[in-house]
Amino acid sequence: MSGSPSAEWPLWEVFVRSRRGLSHTHAGSLHAPDAEMALRNARDLYTRRSEGVSIWVVPSAEITASSPDERDPFFEPSADKPYRHPTFYAIPEGVRHL
Amino acid sequence: MTAALALGDDALVLSHRLGEWAGHAPVLEEEVALANIALDLLGQARVLLSLAGDEDELAYLREERAFRNVQLVEQPNGDFAQTIARQLYFSTYQELLYERLARGTGPFAPLAAKAVKEVAYHRDHAEQWTLRLGDGTEESHERMRRGLDALWRFTGELFEPVEGCEVEWHTLHDAWLTRISSVLERATLTVPEGPRRGGWAAGAGRQGLHTEPFGRMLAEMQHLHRSHPGATW
Repeated sequence: MSGSPSAEWPLWEVFVRSRRGLSHTHAGSLHAPDAEMALRNARDLYTRRSEGVSIWVVPSAEITASSPDERDPFFEPSADKPYRHPTFYAIPEGVRHL
Repeated sequence: MTAALALGDDALVLSHRLGEWAGHAPVLEEEVALANIALDLLGQARVLLSLAGDEDELAYLREERAFRNVQLVEQPNGDFAQTIARQLYFSTYQELLYERLARGTGPFAPLAAKAVKEVAYHRDHAEQWTLRLGDGTEESHERMRRGLDALWRFTGELFEPVEGCEVEWHTLHDAWLTRISSVLERATLTVPEGPRRGGWAAGAGRQGLHTEPFGRMLAEMQHLHRSHPGATW
């Protein structure tokens, strides 16, 4: 595996939609030389057991992530405002995926 | 059944060859892709060989001369480009063949209708890599060209009529050549020259004559079952 191509190939994040009506969820990541091959690799790695009906691949380098150091200013202020949570509504029966 | 053996052996032998990449593929992602293709082919082989007899006996207890696969699929993997060349030649052929069998009313129509979707993916995989290797670096182009050239003489045999397959073999051949030419052109490669039929071409696998590396492949494939008959885990 000298000069392994996966060391040079960019990393891609894979999002899979498991059923129509649901959103894409992060399934994992993989190496591929370009977007088309990333889609195919994703199909082989993450949807072989009928897990999906749609796949997105995104270059990992294009993702901007929040920093663990900023966690408190980012997330803490929302924790003590219970009125932001929709817990005061009765959820009608039969509504799924809410 | 001649045809079930011929098509089943094609799938079984190519499946084993692709399985040999496990642990050796250039990248993990590609190893999984090749193993998936191998498993698709193994599934097809099981259905086809079961039409001809007991699948385990046929796979593990036949001698070399009793196998009816084309010589193309038994050719060693070579480098990655040569494996892709073999995949391109064979999966293009297999997709066209299964499309035709699926439209017919013969015993293979149900299997072909299901398998043609798998094979379309195998063909796409081979095409994508042919384009990238052919139109890639100087070295990848050269390796792809060598792989295509080395296997060209085994492609004539693909279109020898198989008894029991109601297919127009000459139109199958023309469609194959059109597709291969189109892919190779897009990959900045040229269709190899050289004989594919007659004395200088290879191809008597359907009659049970195989090339030298096939015996060693069979020995590896069969030794466990022959040493420990009926072994399971």
